[in-house]
Amino acid sequence: MSVQKKFSTLVSRYAVVFIFLIITVAAIPPSGLSIKYILQEIITRLGRNSFLVIALLLPIYAGMGLNFGMTLGAMAGQIGLIFAVNYGIAGWQGLVFALLFGLPISVFLGWICGLVMNKAKGREMVTGYILAFFINGIYQFFVMYMLGSVIPMGNKSIVLSRGYGIRNTLNLDSVRQALDTIFMLRVAGFSIPVITFLVIAALSIFVLWFKKTKLGQDMRAVGQDRAVAEAAGIPVERTRIVAIIISTVMACAGQIIFLQNMGNLATYNAHDQTGFFAVAAILVGGASVTHANIANVFIGVTLLHAMFIVSPLAGQNLFGSAMIGEYFRQFIGYGVIAISLVLYAWRTRKAAAEARMSLEQAPQSVEEGQA
Amino acid sequence: MDRLKTFIEDFGWPRIIIFLFLVSLFIMAPFVRVRIDASISDVLNRFGQNAIMVLAMVPMIQSGCGLNFGLALGLVSGLLGATLSLQFELIGLAGFLGAIALATPFSILFGWFYAKLLNKVKGEEMTIAMYVGFSFIMFMCILWLILPYSNPTMIWGYAGKGLRTTISVENYWLRILNNFLAIRIGEFFIFPTGLLLFVGLFAACMGIFLRSKTGTAMTAVGSNPQFARASGVDVDKMRTISVIISTFLGAVGIIVYQQSFGFIQLYTAPSPMVFPSVAAILIGGATINKASMTNVMVGTILFQGLLTMTPSVINSILQTDMSEVIRIIVSNGMILYALTRKVKVSK
Repeated sequence: MSVQKKFSTLVSRYAVVFIFLIITVAAIPPSGLSIKYILQEIITRLGRNSFLVIALLLPIYAGMGLNFGMTLGAMAGQIGLIFAVNYGIAGWQGLVFALLFGLPISVFLGWICGLVMNKAKGREMVTGYILAFFINGIYQFFVMYMLGSVIPMGNKSIVLSRGYGIRNTLNLDSVRQALDTIFMLRVAGFSIPVITFLVIAALSIFVLWFKKTKLGQDMRAVGQDRAVAEAAGIPVERTRIVAIIISTVMACAGQIIFLQNMGNLATYNAHDQTGFFAVAAILVGGASVTHANIANVFIGVTLLHAMFIVSPLAGQNLFGSAMIGEYFRQFIGYGVIAISLVLYAWRTRKAAAEARMSLEQAPQSVEEGQA
Repeated sequence: MDRLKTFIEDFGWPRIIIFLFLVSLFIMAPFVRVRIDASISDVLNRFGQNAIMVLAMVPMIQSGCGLNFGLALGLVSGLLGATLSLQFELIGLAGFLGAIALATPFSILFGWFYAKLLNKVKGEEMTIAMYVGFSFIMFMCILWLILPYSNPTMIWGYAGKGLRTTISVENYWLRILNNFLAIRIGEFFIFPTGLLLFVGLFAACMGIFLRSKTGTAMTAVGSNPQFARASGVDVDKMRTISVIISTFLGAVGIIVYQQSFGFIQLYTAPSPMVFPSVAAILIGGATINKASMTNVMVGTILFQGLLTMTPSVINSILQTDMSEVIRIIVSNGMILYALTRKVKVSK
C-alpha cells in the first residue's frame, strides 16, 4: 500500500471523527462557555452515557450492525425503575432492585429481538429500529393501562389521577444520582463520580475479556462470515441471539445509570432517543457498522456531547436563535449516522467490486460463485 | 381446505386480523352510538388525504430500492411548494396547482440527489434512507427559521421572521379538492368526489406508467438486476427515475393532505408521516419488493379505517383513548412483519 493510499484510507476511515472535531472546536469560542465548564459537563456525560454506548459493541462483533433494538433494554430498565419507586426502595439499593427487576424482562426482550433479527438477516438495523417502535407500543400499553389496574401499584403518587397508568414524568428523587454520589471525587473544582466510572471500567474489561472467550470468538467468526462459521460448526443463530441478549441487558443497566443521573424519568418517551444518541456516539467515535472498540465509545461520547453542550449556545450567539443550535445538533446527529452508513455501504461495495476484478483477472473463470 | 390455507398464507395473517378487526369495529359502531355514515365519510376523506403518499411507495419498491423511508424528502419539497404558493398569495385552484408546480423542481432536484446516493449504497437503502430523511428534516428546520418568507399569515408575529409551526391555508386553498363536486347525502355523509378523482387520476397514471416500456424496465430492475443489466437496461437510471417519481408523489401527497387538513405543518412535522405511509402499503399486501395499485388502495382504506374507527369505537367502549397505542402497534407490527417475511421468488 502506497503512502498516499494509506493516507486516503485513514482519512476516509476517520472522516467522521475529523469533521466532528473541527465543527466542535470551531463552535467553542462563539458559545462563550469556559473550558472548565465544558470539561465538567463532559465528565458528567461520560458517566451518564458510556454504559449505554458500550452495549452496542457485541452485536457489531457478531456482524449484526448497529443495534437499534437496544431501546428494548432501555424500556426494561425503566420498568425496573418504576417498580423501585413504587416500592419506595431508595439509594443504590433501589438501583440494584431496578436492575434485578429489569433483568428478566430485558433477557426476554433480547431473546425476541434476536429471533426477529434472525428472520431478517442482512436487514438487522432497520428491523431493530422498527422492532423498537413496535415494543414501544406494547410498553405504552403496559405502563399506561396495565400498571395500576391489572398490576396494583402501592404508591399512588406515581399513578395518574384517573386511577391507573403511570404519570408522564416520574420523579426519581429516591434514587437520584445514587450511584454517582456513593463516592464523588472533587479535585481542582471538578466532580468525578468514581463509582460510576468504576462500573463502566468493569464493563469495558468484561467486553475485552468476553472477546477472548470461546463464545466471543464464535461471535466474531459469525460476524466475519456466517456461512464459514456455520460450516465450522458454530451455532450461528444461537450466537447471534446471545449477542443481542447481552446487548439488551447492558442497555437495561445503561438506561438505569443514565436515568439515575438525570434524576427524573419521562415515562413515555425517555427511551425514544436512546438508540439514536448511542449509535451517533459510537459512530462519531470512529466506529463503523462492522468495526468498533472501546476507544470508539469514549472518543465518541466525548465528541458528541462536547458538540451537544456548545451548539445551542453557539447557535444563540451566532444566529440569535437557540432553536437553530438545537436543530443543528439534531441535524448533525442524524447526519453523522447517515454519512457513516453511506461510507460503510460504499466501502463494502468497492471491496466487492475489487474482489470481482481480481477474480476476472485470474486465469480461470470462477464467475459462477460471484452471482 | 388446502386452498384456503395457501390463500391465508399468501394474504398473511396480520392483514386478515386487521381486516376482521376493522369489520368488527364497524359492526360494533351503532351499539356505541357512533354514526356509520359519518364514519364512512371520514374514512373516505382520510383515504383521499393519504393515498398519494402511500402511492409514492410503489415506484421505489418496484425498482428494488425497498420501502421509501426517505419519503421525507418528498414531503419537504411539498412543504416548500405550499409555503411558496402562500408567499406568492396564490388563491383557489391556482394556489393548489401552483403549490404542486412550485414543489416539482424541488422534488426532482432532491430526488435526483437522493437517487445518486441510494445507487451508491445498494442493499442498505432502507436504513440510510431513514437517516437521510431525518437529517434533511432537521436541516430544513433551520431553513424554515431563516428563509426570507414575508407573508404575515405565515411568520411569527412578534419576531417578524421565521415560519410558524402550523400555517392555516383557510384563505388560500382549503379543501379545494374535497369540495369539488362533493356530494352531500344527509347530514353526516359527504362524498369527496374531487379528492377521490384526483387520487384516481394519479393511481391511473401510475398504473399506466408501470405497464409502459420504462415501467416494465423498472420492475425488471427490481426483480432481477443482473438479468435487467444483461438485457440492456440501465439499472442506475431506472432506479433514479423511480426515486424521483417517488419524491414527486410525496410532494403532491402532502399538498393534497394539507388542502384537506387545512394546515401546513412545518419543522419536525413530516417525520411522523413517513411510517404510516410505509405501514399502509404493507397492510395492503405489498412486500418489500413488490407493490401494486390494489395494495395502495386496500392498504390505505384498511389503515385509515383503523385510525378513524379505533378512537371513536374503542373509546366509547373502554372510556379511554387507546387509539394511539393501537396505531403504534399495528403500523410498526406490519412493517416488522414485512421485513421478517422470507422474500418470495417472484413468479
